[in-house]
Amino acid sequence: MPMFRVDNLAVDFAAAEGVVAAVKGVSLQIERGECVGIVGESGSGKSQLFLAVMGLLAANGTATGSASLDGRPLLNMPTQALNLVRGEDVGMVFQDPLSALTPHLRIEQQMIEVLQVHRRLGRREARARCIAWLERMRIPDASRRMKQYPHELSGGMRQRVMVAMAMLCEPKLLIADEPTTALDVTVQAQVLDLMSGMQRELGAAIALITHDMGVVARMCDRVIVMRDGMFVEQGTIDDIFYRPTHDYTRTLLDAMPRIDSSNRRQVAPQPQTLLDVKDLRVEFPVSVPGTLFGRKRQLKAVDGVSFRLVEGETLGIVGESGCGKSTLARAVIRLIEYQQGSVSWLGRDLGALKRQALVGARKDLQIVFQDPLASLNPRMTIADSIAEPLTTFRPDLTRREKKIQVFDIMERVGLLPAMANRYPHELSGGQNQRVGIARAMINRPALMICDEAVSALDVSIQAQIIELLKDLQSEFGLSMLFISHDLSVVRDISDRIMVIYLGRIVESGSSDQICSAPQHPYTQALISAVPVPDPAVERSRTHIHLPGELPSPLDPQAALRFLPTKVAEGELSYVPKLNEVSPGHFVAEHDPMDKIMAWYSAS
Amino acid sequence: MFGRSKKASELASDITDHTAVRGRSLMHDALDRFLRNRAAISCTLLLLMIVVFVLCGPLLSQWNHEDIDWVALGDIETLGAPSVDSGHYFGTDALGRDLYSRTIQATGTSLMVGLIGAVMALVLGTAYGVIAGYAGGRVDGALMRAVDVMLAIPSTLVIILILVVAGRSFVTLFLALGAVSWLTMSRIVRAQTLAIKNREFIEAARAGGVSEARIVVRHILPNLMGVVIVYASILVPELILAESFISFLGLGISEPYTSLGALISEGAGTMVYGTLWQLLFPLFFYVAIIISLFFIGDGLRDALDPKDR
Repeated sequence: MPMFRVDNLAVDFAAAEGVVAAVKGVSLQIERGECVGIVGESGSGKSQLFLAVMGLLAANGTATGSASLDGRPLLNMPTQALNLVRGEDVGMVFQDPLSALTPHLRIEQQMIEVLQVHRRLGRREARARCIAWLERMRIPDASRRMKQYPHELSGGMRQRVMVAMAMLCEPKLLIADEPTTALDVTVQAQVLDLMSGMQRELGAAIALITHDMGVVARMCDRVIVMRDGMFVEQGTIDDIFYRPTHDYTRTLLDAMPRIDSSNRRQVAPQPQTLLDVKDLRVEFPVSVPGTLFGRKRQLKAVDGVSFRLVEGETLGIVGESGCGKSTLARAVIRLIEYQQGSVSWLGRDLGALKRQALVGARKDLQIVFQDPLASLNPRMTIADSIAEPLTTFRPDLTRREKKIQVFDIMERVGLLPAMANRYPHELSGGQNQRVGIARAMINRPALMICDEAVSALDVSIQAQIIELLKDLQSEFGLSMLFISHDLSVVRDISDRIMVIYLGRIVESGSSDQICSAPQHPYTQALISAVPVPDPAVERSRTHIHLPGELPSPLDPQAALRFLPTKVAEGELSYVPKLNEVSPGHFVAEHDPMDKIMAWYSAS
Repeated sequence: MFGRSKKASELASDITDHTAVRGRSLMHDALDRFLRNRAAISCTLLLLMIVVFVLCGPLLSQWNHEDIDWVALGDIETLGAPSVDSGHYFGTDALGRDLYSRTIQATGTSLMVGLIGAVMALVLGTAYGVIAGYAGGRVDGALMRAVDVMLAIPSTLVIILILVVAGRSFVTLFLALGAVSWLTMSRIVRAQTLAIKNREFIEAARAGGVSEARIVVRHILPNLMGVVIVYASILVPELILAESFISFLGLGISEPYTSLGALISEGAGTMVYGTLWQLLFPLFFYVAIIISLFFIGDGLRDALDPKDR
C-alpha cells in the first residue's frame, strides 16, 4: 500500500467571474523514501494540489476527493486533527523563506515551538535537537544562528533553516514547493544536496514541486507533468526525459536551455566597437552601526570593470545576487551615476555629457527590466507606454504616424494590434515583457540591455522571449548586454560571457570557453551548480562546493576569497590581475582550488 | 471645405482606426467595485439627497434664515414648535428664527467647509508632497521638517488663532481650515511618491528620455490618485467636525449665518426648556452627512486599494 495517496482530488475557487477549477480530479501515490517531482508552469495547479491536502487553501477554495497518509484520511479534516499531521508526519518547505518565517521571532523560538507542540520536549532538550539539525544542514555557528532573527540570515541560510524546521520531527513526507527558485544556483545546489541527503538517511519521501526540469533531473525518481489542473503525463524519470509521450512534456523539455550545449553564430568580421567601458567604479554610501547616528562607508558595488562590446554582439553578464551586475548595467547608461572610470559610446564619452545630450544619446541605449509588470505604468495603456520614447525622440511625427509605428513594433514582437488599448494588469507576464521589449525597440536602438529580462517568466515563455530577442538582434543588428543569474540562458544567447564576483570580473571569454573550459574556481563552482535537464548527465556530474557563504561586499577579505595566499601575506588591498590564458579568455588571478579549500577548512 | 485640414483628417483616421479592444483601466475597475458596494452607494444617494435639499429647500420655506417671528418669540415652547401651519417646518430657534431655513443654510455651510478645505488640502498637500518626495535629499528634509514643526502645533489652536487675529468670516474660516488640513496630506503623498519613484517603470521612462517634469505629471501623479482621493474623502468629515467644534466654541461663522455645529450648540443649550427640536433637526443632518461621508470614504478605499493585483 502506498504511503501517501490522493484520489480524484479537485480544487475549485469561487471567484468574482465564477468558479475556477484549479485542480481537476487527479490521483497520485507516493511510496516511502521516494522523490516525486511535480512539474508544471505557473497556474497549473501544482501548489494548490498540496495546499488542499494540507488544509491550507484560501478561504474561497473548496476541495473534493480524498487524500490519505498511511491510511489516515487528510482531506477536509478539522484543523485540530490536521495540526497533529502537519509538522509531525508531513513537513513543508515554501518558495520564499523570508515570508515563511515569522519576522519578529528568533530562529530558536520558531524551531523549539515545533518540538514542544509535537514531541512535548523540554526547552533544553528541544534546543539541543534544533542545534543538531542546523548543524546537519551545514549551518556554521549554529548556536549563534539560533539567537538571530530571520532577516539577519542570508536567503540560502533561511531556506536551510526552513528545511531543518520541516525535518525536525522526521516526517514521512516532505512537501517542497519551489524550494530553490528564489536562490542563487550555488546555494540551490547546496539546499538540493541537503534535501537528497535527508531523503537517503531518513527514508523520507519528497514531493518536489518545481518548474525547473534541471532540478527534477537532479533529484527525482518519478515525475508527474501537470498542466491546467490535470496530470498530462507521469512516469519514471528516464521515461519522462528520454521517452516523453505527451507533446507538452516535449515542449517543456525543449524550452529548457542547456548549459552543456553549444549554440552559435559568428559575429561579422571587423565589427565596429560600440561600447568601451574602462575601469568603471560605482560606490554607494551605506550606514553601518557604530556611533549614535551610524557611520557611512562606501560599498563598492562595481569595482573596476572594463569591457568592450562590438556591433551585433551579445555579452552575457553572470553573477550571483548582489554581485553588482544590475548596477553595472545601469551605470553604463547612466541611470546610476558612476564615481570613476569612463564609458564611451561610439567614441563619445557618455560620462561627460550634459543632461540634454545624455537624453539624446539614450535613443540608442535601451533597457528591458526584470519584472514585466512593475516596469510598466499601471495607469497607461500599453500603446501609450510603447509610444512614450517616440514622443520624446521623434516630436516631428503626427499622431497617426506614431500609431502606425506602434502597431508595427507590436506586431513585430508578437502582440496583436487589438491589444493596444489594454492595460498591463490585463496581460500575462510574457505579453507584458513583449510590451517592455517593444518599448525598448521602437526607436531602433543600437544597444539593448536586458536586466534579468526572462528570469520572472515560465520556461516555455522564456524560450519564446529569447527566440524573439535573437530574431530582433539578427534583424536590426542589435548589440545586447544580457544580464542574468541563469547561466544556461546566458549561454544560449551570448557570444561572450563575463562572470562577476563582488563587483569584479573573475573570468571573461567566449561562451564556449566559459562554459566548457572554465578556469577560475568561482566559475567552475557556478557552472557545476547549474542543473542540467538530463538525468543521466546529472548523475554523472560532480558538483564543486565552495566553502562558506557568499560573503558581504563590505568585508575587506571577501574580494580575495580566491587568493588566500595574499590574505595570509596581509596584502588586503591587493587587486587580482586579469590574465589572458588563451586568445580572448581572461581569468582573474587565483590560487589553485585545493589551496583555497585547505585555507577555508583551516580557518 | 470640411475634412480638408490636416487635423480633421487625423481625427477622421483616428475614428476609423478604432477597431482595437478597449481595455479596462484601473479606474474603471475601481468604479465597478464601488458600484457593487451597497453601503457606499446608499450613502452616496443619501448625501445627494441632502445636497438637493440644500439647493431646493429654500423654494418651500416661508421664512428666511435671519428674520425673527415676533409672534413665535412670545412663546417658543408652543408657538415655536415644528408645524406646517405656522410655516416653521422645523420649528424656530430660541430667538424665533425659522429653523428650517437656518438648517438649510447651516448644512450648506458645513458641506462647503468640508469640500473647500479638502480641495485646498488636495492641491496644496499633493503639490508639496510630490515636490518633497521626488526631489529627495536636502529639499525633502527641509520641506518635511517644516511640516513636522507645523504639525507639532495643535491644529485647533492654529485655527482659533487665525480666526481671532483675522476676524470671523467665511474666507478666514476656509483659510484657517485649509492651512492645517494639507499637512497630513503632504506627508502621505510624499511617502507614496518615494515608493513610486523607485519603481521600475519610472526608470524605464527615464531610459526612454522622458523629462523629469513629464515623469511627475504622467507617471507619478496618476498613480497617486487612489491614495489622494481616499484620504480627501476621509478629510471632508474631519473638516466638518473641526468646523463644528470651532463653532461649538462660538468662534466659527458669525451671525446671522450659521453652521451645523453652531446650531447644535444652541440647541443643546436650550434642551432643558423642552425645545428638543432645536437640537434634533440639525443633529440629524450632521450625523447623516458625517456617517455617509465615512461610508463613501470606506467604499472608495476598498475600490481603489490595489492590493488584489
